[in-house]
Amino acid sequence: MSLNRRDFIKLATYGGAVFSTGLIGKNVFAKTGEQDEFYFVQLSDTHWGFNDKKFNADPEGTLPRAIELVNQLDPQPDFIVFTGDLTHTTDDPNIRRKRMAEFQDIARKLNTRNVRYMPGEHDASLDNGEAYKEFFGDLNYTFDHKGIHFIALDNVSDPRARLGDSQLAWLSEDLNQRTKDAPIVVLTHRPLFDLAPEWGWSTQDGAKAIELLMPFENVTVFYGHIHQEHHHQTGHIPHHSARSLIFPLPVPGSVEKKHKIAWDDAQPYRGLGIRNIETTLPGAAFDLHEINIKKG
Amino acid sequence: MARTKQYIHTILICAGLIFYYGAYGLTNQQNNDNKAVIKITAKRFEYSPPVVELKKGVPVTLELTALDRIHGFNVPGLGLRADVPPGQTVHVDLLPDKAGQYIFLCDIFCGNGHGEMNGVIVVKD
Repeated sequence: MSLNRRDFIKLATYGGAVFSTGLIGKNVFAKTGEQDEFYFVQLSDTHWGFNDKKFNADPEGTLPRAIELVNQLDPQPDFIVFTGDLTHTTDDPNIRRKRMAEFQDIARKLNTRNVRYMPGEHDASLDNGEAYKEFFGDLNYTFDHKGIHFIALDNVSDPRARLGDSQLAWLSEDLNQRTKDAPIVVLTHRPLFDLAPEWGWSTQDGAKAIELLMPFENVTVFYGHIHQEHHHQTGHIPHHSARSLIFPLPVPGSVEKKHKIAWDDAQPYRGLGIRNIETTLPGAAFDLHEINIKKG
Repeated sequence: MARTKQYIHTILICAGLIFYYGAYGLTNQQNNDNKAVIKITAKRFEYSPPVVELKKGVPVTLELTALDRIHGFNVPGLGLRADVPPGQTVHVDLLPDKAGQYIFLCDIFCGNGHGEMNGVIVVKD
């Protein structure tokens, strides 16, 4: 598959502005012999069921609009991952399941059939992931794609935002089967590092997971939860958060108290978007392309 | 007339004190160690009081109760955290040694509004 920047630039004609992060890193394939470029799409924090129009005047239209945007990508991504908070939380288990069923129906409109789901605390924290598992399967899992090992971690089904000892043991066992230079992508909902613990932007035992990952040379973490693009490095491990598809949140530490950012009619869908993650050879480990949701 | 003024003066002082203690959580109790005891209640999705004022170097005991379900009480800036189960009183000792503002938050997901369930401890010189 040949994918170049023109494919992404083409998106601008559909109303989605394109920003390339252009992260410089090691060539993760250099020692593996795998030479197949590909890209995947990260969607995050769709909060299906959220309905406060002060913060999103188009709560039922934003996710379908994002899916339409993904379907317009040419070529189509190898796969799509939703990094949590598929639905907005509710105390009512029946409404939770109804929201999950509705979300699933909408996500089925994606042309790419290879779709990976992950839970967020809104999906899974009130019932330890019971409803989520009925609809979307395992809370944590691994898969391999074209030479990259993907590990989806669950730091939300425990309402205390912990991975827990048994999942950490599972992670350790999985990593023990990898070589130190294996390309590894970790997917989580919450940040594994202490981004802003006073805003709940951390994982209580996330440092233990990072410690397990640290001996591996080619690890990249993609996550959601904070409703904005953010890039951070713990040692040699980069962590990249994605934007939301419902409402943005402020830059950590920029305001005294965390609050949702209000919808702006002059700039509809501001701060909402999807991300293309492209592997490139040679050069950057991953190129990130942020695409805005826009009206029209 | 003078007596009326005196009554009004007294009422104003009382109202001021009630507001001060109520809104900012200054204690009106002491425990056996002569530490000030500050009562904080938690319920979805708020703490009461939301602002707690302390004096630097003066030890206190935070007395935490949950009114509806289990909540967390986490003050990352001070390295304090506790589970607060309903029906129990949880005591947390604190010696604030640095002036500043320290956000506390519920860190056990409790539903819609959990993300805004927080307050602040203000430590003054």
